[in-house]
Amino acid sequence: MAIDLSFYSWGLIGRYVLGGLWFSVQLTVVATIGGIFLGTLLALMRISGKQILMWPATVYVNTMRSVPLVMVILWFFLLVPFIVGRPIGAELSATITFIAFEAAFFCEIVRSGIQAIPRGQLQAGSALGLSNAQSMRLIVLPQALKNMLPVLLTQVIVLFQDTSLVYVIGAYDLLKGFDVAGKILGRPIEAYIGAAVIYFVICFTLSRLATRLVSSSASSTQARS
Amino acid sequence: MSLDWSVFCRSTTGSAGAEPLANCLGQNGELSYLQWLMSAWGWTATVALLGFVIALLIGLMVGTLRTLPATSGFNAWSGRLAAAWVELFRDIPLLVQVFLWYHVAPFFLPALKSLPSWLLVSIALGLFTSARIAEQVRAGIQSLPCGQRDAALALGMREAQVYRRVILPVALRIMLPALTSEAMSIVKNSSVAFAVAVAELTQFAMQAQEETARGIEIYLAVTLLYALTAFAVNRVLAVVEARVRVPGVGALARQGA
Repeated sequence: MAIDLSFYSWGLIGRYVLGGLWFSVQLTVVATIGGIFLGTLLALMRISGKQILMWPATVYVNTMRSVPLVMVILWFFLLVPFIVGRPIGAELSATITFIAFEAAFFCEIVRSGIQAIPRGQLQAGSALGLSNAQSMRLIVLPQALKNMLPVLLTQVIVLFQDTSLVYVIGAYDLLKGFDVAGKILGRPIEAYIGAAVIYFVICFTLSRLATRLVSSSASSTQARS
Repeated sequence: MSLDWSVFCRSTTGSAGAEPLANCLGQNGELSYLQWLMSAWGWTATVALLGFVIALLIGLMVGTLRTLPATSGFNAWSGRLAAAWVELFRDIPLLVQVFLWYHVAPFFLPALKSLPSWLLVSIALGLFTSARIAEQVRAGIQSLPCGQRDAALALGMREAQVYRRVILPVALRIMLPALTSEAMSIVKNSSVAFAVAVAELTQFAMQAQEETARGIEIYLAVTLLYALTAFAVNRVLAVVEARVRVPGVGALARQGA
């Protein structure tokens, strides 16, 4: 038996792979946007200096970071239908899980980004008569987000790779698409090689992009100083 | 709804309504869920530990190769090869790599067919993590001032001696905190072994949840054991860090400076 290259056909890709790829990309995008939004809120809670806000955010972030993602996916798949009172699909459950899970990781990125902005910026804001929330929103966060861009992009690559773990609850993503095609056509070897190649091409391209961003943002910082 | 922890004393072979086993232990080859949980914990620890040893050995080698000065053709090529290694193992999801080792690699290397699946998962986990450790090693070495290398060369050391006696001892101490977090990640990442039927914690969680319908108790126990294991790894490496500390080298010294 040898590798059968005829396995890789447009028909196969259209029938099994594209739908999965679409879900993986969608999950990555939704979890990135939702995760950054929630993560920023968590980060603001953690640096607020108010115990009642700091504590829950810290416990949440540390819990999420100390549990394997696979277990988090299983937990949500078990608990969410229980809470909403009706069964929900694996895909919706996965989406909720990834937003909640990634929020913890984006929180730490945003927090260190905010803390890297000199305190003088906030003080200058209040000297201009801005409230704390205004200077955070108008002065600190825009600068912090710009500085964080390379780290955020790296996290998005990790996130895209992690979406393959929805396999554990049977959600139909890129990996599952190849998995199903390989099983139906009796060609698991070709299927897994195909999955590896596609993941590699996407992640390699994204990581090149991140490297370019790092060097261009580094040179723009140098130009300013 | 209340939690029912007696589920762990049930027999894994008995019927669902059967009485819990005496002392929570099964007799004559019968197993309670508690015993199964403990053996699953052992598998998680085994896979993670072996994976970490593989990752550390290969990561050290690959990371070092990437920092060699390109003074010879060998150095230049090994540097390129090491860079390709890092890209290859970093840009494919871990779960896909596990499938590659389990389903695809034995087709090309028939010798792998005789290996048990937990060993294949350890290899996959080890190589995946080796790419990340290699990057830490490279960053650790490159963070050293080049005067260290120059001074060693001026003392008449050869390149290999410079690395063994001067650069690596310092770089390794600098990167210990990063290694600690990689070691904790590998414990968490070992959960992907569920996909190729290794009887570790995640696999236990999925199967026991199905059999007993007491998902919350089962998941709580498994989650706690993962957190406990990662915490233990963290403490052990903190002890190592304190033991090998040299005045003036490492994270604390730099904070103080």
